[in-house]
Amino acid sequence: MSGLEELAADALGAALESGASDAEAYAQEGEGIEVRVYEGEVEALTESAERGVGVRAWIDGRAGYAFGTDLSTDGLRGIGAAAVEAARVSDSDEFAGPADPAGTELEEIAGLSDSGLAEWGTERKVDLAREVERAARADSRVVAIEDTIYADASQRVAIASSSGARGGYESTSCYSYARAIAAEGDGDRESGLGFDLARGPGSLDPGAIGGEAADRATSLLGATKPESRTCPIVLDETVAASFIGFIGGVLCADAVQRGRSPFADRLGDEIASAALTLADDGLDPGGPASAPFDGEGTPRRRTPLIDAGRLTTYLHDSYTARRAGNGQASTGNAARSGYRSAPSVSTSNLVIAEGAKDADELIAEAGDGVYVTDVAGLHSGVNPVSGTFSVGASGRRIDDGALAAPLSEFTIASDLARMLTAVQASGRPARWVPFGGSVKAAPLLIAEMAIGGS
Amino acid sequence: MAKPGSDPPLVDTELAGRVIARALDRGGDLAELFCEARSSFAVSIDESRVERAQGGSERGAGVRVVSGETTYFAHVDGLAEPDLLRAADAAAAALSGDRSEAQPLAATERAPSQEIEIAPEDVPAARKAEILRALDERARAAGGEVAQVQASYAEGRRRVMVASSEGVNASDDRTRVRVGAQVVARRGDVVETGFETLGAHRGFELLEGGAAEAIGGQAAEKALTLLGADPAPAGSMPVVVGKGFGGVLFHEMTGHGLESDAVQKGASVYAGKLGERVAEPIVTAYDDGRLPGAWGTGGIDDEGTPSRKTLLIEDGKLTSYLYDVVRARREGAASTSNGRRESFRHLPIPRMTNTYIAPGDPEPEDLIAGVESGFYAASFGGGQVDPATGDFVFGVSEGYLIEGGKVTKPCRGATLIGNCLDALGRIDGVANDFEMKTGFCGKDGQRVPVGTGQGHVRIGELTVGGTAV
Repeated sequence: MSGLEELAADALGAALESGASDAEAYAQEGEGIEVRVYEGEVEALTESAERGVGVRAWIDGRAGYAFGTDLSTDGLRGIGAAAVEAARVSDSDEFAGPADPAGTELEEIAGLSDSGLAEWGTERKVDLAREVERAARADSRVVAIEDTIYADASQRVAIASSSGARGGYESTSCYSYARAIAAEGDGDRESGLGFDLARGPGSLDPGAIGGEAADRATSLLGATKPESRTCPIVLDETVAASFIGFIGGVLCADAVQRGRSPFADRLGDEIASAALTLADDGLDPGGPASAPFDGEGTPRRRTPLIDAGRLTTYLHDSYTARRAGNGQASTGNAARSGYRSAPSVSTSNLVIAEGAKDADELIAEAGDGVYVTDVAGLHSGVNPVSGTFSVGASGRRIDDGALAAPLSEFTIASDLARMLTAVQASGRPARWVPFGGSVKAAPLLIAEMAIGGS
Repeated sequence: MAKPGSDPPLVDTELAGRVIARALDRGGDLAELFCEARSSFAVSIDESRVERAQGGSERGAGVRVVSGETTYFAHVDGLAEPDLLRAADAAAAALSGDRSEAQPLAATERAPSQEIEIAPEDVPAARKAEILRALDERARAAGGEVAQVQASYAEGRRRVMVASSEGVNASDDRTRVRVGAQVVARRGDVVETGFETLGAHRGFELLEGGAAEAIGGQAAEKALTLLGADPAPAGSMPVVVGKGFGGVLFHEMTGHGLESDAVQKGASVYAGKLGERVAEPIVTAYDDGRLPGAWGTGGIDDEGTPSRKTLLIEDGKLTSYLYDVVRARREGAASTSNGRRESFRHLPIPRMTNTYIAPGDPEPEDLIAGVESGFYAASFGGGQVDPATGDFVFGVSEGYLIEGGKVTKPCRGATLIGNCLDALGRIDGVANDFEMKTGFCGKDGQRVPVGTGQGHVRIGELTVGGTAV
């Protein structure tokens, strides 16, 4: 047992001693670095280290949570006592309790850690960030690079619960991004983001990241506002990821059971066109959220969500599975954003099945419409309960099946249910995008959506 | 429980001095130790059941060394001597110069604390649950079409201490409480939501006397009103923006563009506009970190600079940007006390505190009466801006048509979209019904509490993106 697994076991013991009838402890530690480069120089270099424990305690169906970073014997006792105290405030819930891992083996997943990360010194990481910035500057219309960032982290996680969950794993991750600003003539300025993520820096392509930032910014130069109308829309993979992430959220059983999903009572129905197939995959080593087990010790797995348009399941943690009844098991979707928060149901990695056509072919199929390359205001512009949305967007006009003039300052509006049934085709290639959670996203052709402009 | 501000400093001055000296071991122009002890408690109600009770506490420190244009930063959990020295060594590791000397630390300066009548940590958790139950009941009583009520209570206390090689040695003690409610109303197939919040840099007294319950009633009224809503119109038209949280429009379209990090990188449309007229003379705006009890208020910022009130726009003319220490040094300017950070795990960056448009003379009704055909954005769900291009977008959570100078039908699904300088220049009315509201602002992965405020504001023309095409 690793030191961290021992720590989780000790924290579990402390919570049980404080009077919890059931408990679960989640321990996490990690180190990371963030490099921020500006005009070829290091602007900021951050070294981080952290270690903490979060404890869930149950007393007769009442649940409470506490976390802390004082990991001494007294500190763990304090965290356990605080979790028990929190539980006493809560109302009893017959479905509350730790996950039941009975009969499941926590299997290791190959590829969560890149051993190459350890071989990269700080100077080499700084050079990578510089190369990203240089690549973004290669286009003379790019006048500034607002931020160029490289960051990585190694983390270790361990869990222990009174229902027998025991396990630990380690993983590494890194990402880099740049935001380029392009200008032409007087006044017209556009910005563009380029990014990539991987398990280790050796898998990042700095030229491609910088180049994407420059391309996205310069391709919008001279943008005008389109006329308001309803037309075919092609979403690029980053925009598709944002929307699909939202859809993943309302397919979580928590939202469904509490009556906050537009897809409640739709299990087995055709909720999307046959062109859309979507899975939640917690095992793909390329997916940032992949792990041997979820935030409460249930093995992660691959769950088909929408199969050629048909809704096959909702996503569950142990609580929503018990509440659903009918032998429903957790789908391993208890997510944590670290030890500071209790787990809740969330997507792991969403994967949109690729279609046969690439983006150019989808654009050709659209004929006359709009290619959307960026959306803004998604968190305020989508009503997750009703599914209606109106968000800010920018992109390119599609004329006669080809990309034409750039467009900005317009809105696209529809509702999630209508958008899903209007998916005409999924494209290729799919790419990992860290928006909307974590989504391996492909471009999507939507038959019809409302554009709000002039 | 000790009164806020009366506890001993998190780290004694002698040790802080040694940590700073150690951080300058390999050179640097400025070294700073930021220490923090934070504790929080939160609880929710959903389906009329009290749940998600959770507490936590953390102590930690961040050490930074600034050398030329580069900042080296390291953070650790814990405030014991070995933790602090480890952070100092990690921050200094990438430097390779000769030792720099620090100025001696001044005696600890305590920022004047906000008045906290009832420390939230002294209030039994059961009382916090009781407040949520009362809120839930009030919201459900608003009408039979109320289908769901979700509400949360959160309290937090942050004790911070900042010591630097420039002799700064300051402490602050910040207590904040907040309740938020989301109500879903249903009529047939129509589902609408209403939000409301109440928060302040104050103690539990804020929520007593029925104040928390009222939030539930207000959120329910919003949701119920929207049940009768039509799809929002799309197109350009005059827009009247609501008081209070409507100030988030100014926060996004102007405040972010005045933050000096964006300005210095040429990533703001306000760069080079100091002293220029950017709005009509009726517009005067401030960032005020001292506003008593306000959500974004503190005694000092997170670099130890005493909080202040900064005039941003005076009678339509741009008068100041928002600076932290590092960006101010670059221009030989003084910090405007806007160096803020989410926690000891983050570097301070220029951030707003409480940002608002000062009240004008007209009554809000007068602004609306001047609109023949337009849109009333009473409240927003949130918004976003790209300071580099000035493009912004806002989701309207409560909107109405204005017809013949009167507010008429409620509308759903509206978004406001536009460009900062353009929209700011088109503000042609600011009403006298000033109000401050609470918000959370995200930037560079850091989330900090900010106050936003204004009276009703009228914008001559703005694009409304609705679903009615």
